[in-house]
Amino acid sequence: MTALAEQIDAYGVVIAIGGLSMRVNTTDYHFLEILQSRFAGYISPESCSDVEFDVQLGPDPLAKPGSDLSVTHGAGRWFMQRGDFRAEWDPATRRGTIRQEATPYSLDTALRIVHTLVLARQNGFLLHAASAIRNGKAFLFSGVSGAGKTTISRLAPPDVSLLSDEISYVRKRNGKYLAFGTPFAGELAKAGENTSAPVSALYLLHQGPENRVEPLGAADAIRQLLTNILFFAQDRELVQPVFQTACDFVDGIPVYRLTFVPDARVWEMIR
Amino acid sequence: MNQKLYVARSRRIAARKLGDEMLVMAAEGSTLFTLNPTATILWQAADGVTPLHEIVERRICSEFDVEAEEAMRDAEMLAQDLARHGVLLLSDEPMIAAELSQQEAR
Repeated sequence: MTALAEQIDAYGVVIAIGGLSMRVNTTDYHFLEILQSRFAGYISPESCSDVEFDVQLGPDPLAKPGSDLSVTHGAGRWFMQRGDFRAEWDPATRRGTIRQEATPYSLDTALRIVHTLVLARQNGFLLHAASAIRNGKAFLFSGVSGAGKTTISRLAPPDVSLLSDEISYVRKRNGKYLAFGTPFAGELAKAGENTSAPVSALYLLHQGPENRVEPLGAADAIRQLLTNILFFAQDRELVQPVFQTACDFVDGIPVYRLTFVPDARVWEMIR
Repeated sequence: MNQKLYVARSRRIAARKLGDEMLVMAAEGSTLFTLNPTATILWQAADGVTPLHEIVERRICSEFDVEAEEAMRDAEMLAQDLARHGVLLLSDEPMIAAELSQQEAR
């Protein structure tokens, strides 16, 4: 019995992002190594976790190859499905299963979805945004693909700690919104630093002929923020908390439109 | 139009008033709407038991310089548009809480 428990422990890895830990169990040691490499810097030495997933590797007879992501809720559980994986998660027991091939990308997507579901009820969200810490303050740079998230990350001077160039992690703790590092990278293909700081500002990125910062009114800021929040589940129970969090965030954090020339001078305005 | 029309705010939405506009997010498609001042008044008064024509007469005609008939026509169109997006519920009878739940479940 002891030997069995040790063996199961040996095939699990705890991935901690934004203060939320997820244990992933697999019976495939090679896949475990893939996960340890993919989530390097975010592996927790703790064996207990907030959420636990069992990964079953191999072809799925119920898979619909090429199908788009769908996230639905029923009988107290969340169901996530895309062409390359099928998962379900029970928020009450905090346990779930994922059926997928031995690639980290399917698990990556499932983890992001579960984070968004948990964060929706905890004053937090994942945001299509680069993020970075400078002088102890976190800055978010949000925008659609091509807006300049990776560009502004590449231009960051050495005193800046990059948290992500693609998916930023924000949650409220002790009355303050904090930005956390994530392993979810964009074109930079580099995990963010596993650290956090209070959010000082949200910039909505636009590339243009000159560097300019313009404050946004509350309604525009909420609209833009909601457009960029990752929210996979079209569930009435989650719409309210996500909307309220966006409003609360904009109440306390200044939001600007940042037009920038793609060179290092843009960072002179971000301190 | 002789038949009374009753309007009620859907509970499948989240809303925040900003100045004289209202931001409304519908669960259906997570769609975001900005209601102008007239639509905001209509939405706020949509309690399910006050007929639309009374809302128009008491709240819209008194606030804006507009003929009652024209205001009623515009309000009906607006109410139907908001109902299509799941923001308002419409009925030809007053709606009590239980009925609202039933309508929303459909």
